[in-house]
Amino acid sequence: MSAVVPAAANSLSPAASRQRLQWIGLAVLLIAACALPFLVSNYRTFQFTLVLVYAIALLGLNILTGYNGQISLGHGAFYAIGAYVAAIMMDRFGMPYWSTVPIAGALCLVVGFLFGLPALRLEGHYLALATFALGVTMPQLLKNKAVEKWTGGVQGIVIVKPDAPFGLKLSPDQWLYLFTLAITVVMFVIGWNLIRGRVGRALVAIRDHPIAASAMGIDTARYKSLAFGVSAMYTGIAGSLGAIAIQFVAPDSFAVGLSIGLLTGIVIGGLASIPGAIFGAIFIQFIPNIADHISKAAPWAIYGIFLIGFMFLMPMGINGAIRLGWARLRHRIPAQQKGG
Amino acid sequence: MEAFLHQVIGGLATGGIYASVALALVMIHQATHLLNFAQGEMAMFSTYIAWALINAGVPYWAAFFLTIAFAFVLGLAIQHFVMRNIRTTSVLQLVIVFIGLLVIFNSVAGWIFTYTIKVFPSPFPKGALWGQKYLSPHELGAICVTLVVLTLLWAFFRFTSLGLAMRAAAQNPGSSRLVGIRVAWMLALGWGLAAAVGAVAGMMVAPIVYLDPNMMAGILLYAFAAALIGGIDSPGGAVLGGFLVGVLENVLGAYVVGNELKLGVALVLIIGVLLVKPSGLFGSVQVTRV
Repeated sequence: MSAVVPAAANSLSPAASRQRLQWIGLAVLLIAACALPFLVSNYRTFQFTLVLVYAIALLGLNILTGYNGQISLGHGAFYAIGAYVAAIMMDRFGMPYWSTVPIAGALCLVVGFLFGLPALRLEGHYLALATFALGVTMPQLLKNKAVEKWTGGVQGIVIVKPDAPFGLKLSPDQWLYLFTLAITVVMFVIGWNLIRGRVGRALVAIRDHPIAASAMGIDTARYKSLAFGVSAMYTGIAGSLGAIAIQFVAPDSFAVGLSIGLLTGIVIGGLASIPGAIFGAIFIQFIPNIADHISKAAPWAIYGIFLIGFMFLMPMGINGAIRLGWARLRHRIPAQQKGG
Repeated sequence: MEAFLHQVIGGLATGGIYASVALALVMIHQATHLLNFAQGEMAMFSTYIAWALINAGVPYWAAFFLTIAFAFVLGLAIQHFVMRNIRTTSVLQLVIVFIGLLVIFNSVAGWIFTYTIKVFPSPFPKGALWGQKYLSPHELGAICVTLVVLTLLWAFFRFTSLGLAMRAAAQNPGSSRLVGIRVAWMLALGWGLAAAVGAVAGMMVAPIVYLDPNMMAGILLYAFAAALIGGIDSPGGAVLGGFLVGVLENVLGAYVVGNELKLGVALVLIIGVLLVKPSGLFGSVQVTRV
């Protein structure tokens, strides 16, 4: 009891100091992220660009699945739409690369919202099944003869990596990394504001108790389809950035494996957590690369083991584990000081 | 007309395969009220075991029954060691575990047996059947095997006390436990039976689509569509739905949407059935209590 009272009495100052610590940590992280492309090789820079791309996609999926509780096993489809929008605009219409990002986002917002409308009537397993079907079907839709004129069919589309503008002395990889980083920061700030505000509370309430949520006056249908749209928009923006970075799109890069990879990312990073998107992105970018040296099948085996293992041992993901560890550490240190 | 007939009968043949996988899905749903996303990959993995046995010189039918036994134990083990230990009712976590199983079976099969496409033998004779060209002996054989499996399952659930106990455990676990049914084992048995039915489907489909670790992805979708059309809790409906989906897929693929968009048929069917008539043709309407 004596340990609790002093902590409660001056609770304001530790909370404020912790918040300041968090801001400082964020600033250091951001400076490190900006400095990164000048410290590592172009190839590594390219890999970190993909980490940022996945982080945006995972944040989008987390808004839908983690915060709103709507399971999607087909987010690879929205990623594919974003990627194809970027590729088609750049290759067929000669548009500049930066103009493709908002259009990919807007189109995916609309498509996601429209897919979210019938999905309103589906719950749990059935929604998982419907989105799974979407994810499995997407490569076939892209290979379809009717749209081959734009999509390039099985061969896909090759696009050119943009150079740094304004005569900046940056390699294309470095420039693209910084461009992606800027968009990532913007998307995370938007996501953070969305989640911590009224909308975020509504989403969580719908996930935890839909009946109570609607009894409190939350427009369940509107928020659920909105979550679908916003989530697809994030994933679409990630898709367009990913296509620009990889300089190539083809139907088979967007098979159902991509959707499963994204799901793995949010489970490992942490469901319903914003920093979790970054941990998850680092995992799905680097772990398969390392495991690939063992066997072609190894990355997937690791995905599977991690999926089940995390559900057993760490359902809150890496972010949850870090928070738990941090909380325990904080509790232990004052206790020791008191004892000593 | 002749081409149309050809498409319909060909559709019935693949429909038999969808029917068996759909049957397996319905069985697990009946026992646990879950949709098993790993069902297709479990069937694929069992089929690889059959392939390995046949390659080791075991005669076809011996390998066939050994594989069914293997699949049964596999299903039992998954329920006993994985699903039973997950103390969650969160659908999200369960779906994640199923996806994990799917990925593990897929990658382990790729790891052990490589990703190269393999030819799987058919137990039925080659060549034309009674001088007609609509239906190959293997296709007819696959349909018959599906119907035999359905009959056996129906008889098992209808006439044996074990079958009765399993139905009871699925419908009302609490009361079943009170009358002395070991519910956990009934669930495990359900998983085992479903895996065994899936293995039969895998061995029947492998001679047609060839054996590779990804052979079941499309089939699983059609099977889900079939199970939903028939009603997710109706085994007979699943079989009928399977044949229906097979025919629809072939006819629509040939005349309406083209072959590349055949999987789109499954997507439209799944979403359409879920929206218009979630209980399917023969399923019971689900009512949730608030």
